[in-house]
Amino acid sequence: MSTVTLRAEPVEALTPERAARLVEQTSANQPIAPARRTGEVILDVQDISLSFGGVKALSDISFNVKEHEIRAIIGPNGAGKSSMLNCINGVYQPQQGSITFRGQTFKHMNSHEVAVMGVARTFQSLALFKGMSVLDNIMTGRNLRIKSNLFMQALRIGPALREEIRHREFVEHIIDFLEIQAHRKTPVGQLPYGLQKRVDLGRALAMEPQVLLLDEPMAGMNVEEKQDMCRFVLDVNEEFGTTVVLIEHDMGVVMDISDRVVVLDYGKKIGDGTPDEVRSNPDVIKAYLGTSH
Amino acid sequence: METTFPRLLLQHAMQRPADPAMREKEYGIWQTHGWAAMAKLVEQVACGLHQAGLASGEHMIVIGANRPRLYATMLAAQSLGAVPIPLYQDAAAAECVFPLNNAEVRFAFAEDQEQVDKLLEIRAQCPRLRAIYYDDPRGLRKYSEPGLQSVDELISTGSAFAQQHPSFFKAEVEKAKPDDVAAMFFTSGTTGNPKGVVHSHRTLLDRGHAGAQFDKLTHREEVLAYLPPAWIGQNIFSYAQWLACGYVVNCPESAATVVIDLKEIGPTYYFAPPRVFEGLLTTVMIRMEDAGWLKRKMFHAFMDLARRVGPALMDGKAVGLLDRISYLAGDALVYGPLRNNLGFSRVRVAYTAGEAIGPDLFTFYRSIGINLKQLYGSTETAVFVCLQPDNQARADTVGVPISGVEIKVADNGEILVRSPGLLKEYYKNPAATAEVLTRDGWYHTSDAGFLDAHGHLKIIDRVKDVGRIRGGVNDGAMFAPKYVENKLKFFPYIKEAVAYGDLREKVCVMINIDFDAVGNWAERRNLPYAGYTDLAQKPEVYELIKDCVEKVNADLAADERLAGSQISRFLVLHKELDADDGELTRTNKVRRGFIAEKYQLLVDALYGGKTEQYIETQVKFEDGRTGSVNATLKIMDTRTFTPVKAAA
Repeated sequence: MSTVTLRAEPVEALTPERAARLVEQTSANQPIAPARRTGEVILDVQDISLSFGGVKALSDISFNVKEHEIRAIIGPNGAGKSSMLNCINGVYQPQQGSITFRGQTFKHMNSHEVAVMGVARTFQSLALFKGMSVLDNIMTGRNLRIKSNLFMQALRIGPALREEIRHREFVEHIIDFLEIQAHRKTPVGQLPYGLQKRVDLGRALAMEPQVLLLDEPMAGMNVEEKQDMCRFVLDVNEEFGTTVVLIEHDMGVVMDISDRVVVLDYGKKIGDGTPDEVRSNPDVIKAYLGTSH
Repeated sequence: METTFPRLLLQHAMQRPADPAMREKEYGIWQTHGWAAMAKLVEQVACGLHQAGLASGEHMIVIGANRPRLYATMLAAQSLGAVPIPLYQDAAAAECVFPLNNAEVRFAFAEDQEQVDKLLEIRAQCPRLRAIYYDDPRGLRKYSEPGLQSVDELISTGSAFAQQHPSFFKAEVEKAKPDDVAAMFFTSGTTGNPKGVVHSHRTLLDRGHAGAQFDKLTHREEVLAYLPPAWIGQNIFSYAQWLACGYVVNCPESAATVVIDLKEIGPTYYFAPPRVFEGLLTTVMIRMEDAGWLKRKMFHAFMDLARRVGPALMDGKAVGLLDRISYLAGDALVYGPLRNNLGFSRVRVAYTAGEAIGPDLFTFYRSIGINLKQLYGSTETAVFVCLQPDNQARADTVGVPISGVEIKVADNGEILVRSPGLLKEYYKNPAATAEVLTRDGWYHTSDAGFLDAHGHLKIIDRVKDVGRIRGGVNDGAMFAPKYVENKLKFFPYIKEAVAYGDLREKVCVMINIDFDAVGNWAERRNLPYAGYTDLAQKPEVYELIKDCVEKVNADLAADERLAGSQISRFLVLHKELDADDGELTRTNKVRRGFIAEKYQLLVDALYGGKTEQYIETQVKFEDGRTGSVNATLKIMDTRTFTPVKAAA
């Protein structure tokens, strides 16, 4: 039996306690500097501009993402965060600028190619197959890696069967990792929201991505669910070395788990740096809190 | 029985090496460990521990959920003559300090990161703790604490040692004698420090065998191990009897998957506390209410039949032919599928213990053909003292003394037990040992009870809570508050009850209605109410509760000894008893003394013959604010019955 390993480069260990602490300390203004090893630039976004008719969603946005880091994109509602992610992901095609991924430069991305190159994403408004089981939903994430053709799969011919077993094993490791064994066969539509989010993450992980794009992974969750999600994001980053780009509204979460933060406001970049730098950036404070008069 | 746990393991490994010993669900598949593989694993762990310095007579803790490697580690420690101490996996770190220091523990087995963190947290307070071995490496890869090692590493050093010294393990196993200490279980003391209950191979195995013999257990049984291994019950079912009978123990995937795993395994021998059975029944009932019209009709019709006929069939009593045929039809259409859905299709013997089980709940399971029985025992008695024979299961007794057990009732009503399974001692606590274990070998259970006319043991209360009625018609009668309260609580409408009567002339109770159940009852009767306090004081609700109380009285009157505990007066409280207000303990037990002080006014009114009483009570809300609830509470007299004299 072939063994499937989910382990990439192990970095630093994360305990549930630490994850809990990370969330707790959000109000204490004392971020823990994550001593993670970040590598070379893996994704470089240059001068991206995107408009829908007369509406400028993004103008001249540039930033980069380094390997193994957790990079957050924050900003008030309508700042262009999701649009930015959609450009990287190939859902939107920006009118200007370029995106360099692992040394290859593109005018715009093609969503299928992006997936093949190892970029997976989760969605703000869940896009799961509600009637399908958790297992099947995560299995769809293996789609790109399945080699046998439809005909062989339908007839369950030897190689196709063996391949399916291999993929199932991989998916089972993800289910184990995300601690959703109890819901393996439950239709996704019946699960609470927090768990659906976890399934969404599981499906993205099934692609064995190098870069994971998370669109508001903690939106609409209660504190406990947020703590769990934080732990899973950090675990993914640290156990598999996956680079994470995340959009998040919860400032506490962002400031604590990310290595660097990009701040957008009305489609413009107003800040970029470590959580501490961003926090003390006057433009950011103005955008978020307004200024006192 | 001249054997030990490790010897039994080797015996099984030799006689039937390929048979399954344990299964563990991992990555969605039941992974099987055969007896030979299990023995090999134990040998490797034992050799690894020996090299690490675990000595004979020393204690080693194991902490975690039911896992083959946890049980293998227990066996490995025992092979070396060391004593495993299973600790509760949900215990807080601080609770582990005492056992570790008390037993001078140097070695620990921890299931995963959660348990490792716990041990590391208390390391400073437990300087002796030298080595921690973890089973699941997730999250632990970068820990660099000294002495922290994975079980995998332990196994690989152990297997190298075993190759060089092939006869070492067998020789070690042979050294252990049946009377050597086999394991220690810490009992959660409600006051003071926990006490380590010391058991030998002989005591545990003797009781394991006695229980197995009583229920004719074989090596073909399937058991699901899902309760904490630190609780002696689980340890008997999935360790002592596992080795004694050689059956298969199945470890669920995680705590959350137990219900699913139960269905997949279909155990033949099963244990659960009453609350688990209650939870399962509730799920069934709720799902039945959502079912289609036909299914619902069929379910209720056949359940009526089952209630009438099922228990008699289980007890092997005569049942009319027509009923028998209808029951068979019910079995095909309702009971069978229901058992299957609950995961009880193959259950031959199911036990419940720990707390009183309601008669309706108990009868439900027996009526659909599940052989649910009760047992009586404790950590100190290695569980098996009394068991119910297959055809004599009742809700209010706990069975007959099984082979080897002698039972005697002391003058104060306390049950004394003499059995080959009694504890050796409380570890390092001769004073506590002397308190419970007399010179001539009687163990004081601190439970009050008696053997009924059929020789079944009936437990009524803790000895310290049993009181006496003083004055009045029932002067000198026994008063068992918990027994009375439990009987009341078996009615779905009653959530809590507090009974008074010790050193008084009659028994009075304060009752909390179950808001959901009574609310639902009121809605079905178009009875409007404005919240809990209002509902509680409705005359209709009082009539409803009065009915329940009188049923309890009739029941109590049936037993000469308890007839004096019949309830004369009652009232329904205006607020729910709450742990936040100090009225309940954190485990939801009523604090009778505290409540009597707090509601002195009501107690006086109950005994003073008043028909109503105004009261104002401070309450603490969940957000920390306080407020007050006031109401005029009605007090109602109830009918009592003349005791039925025991039939000559």
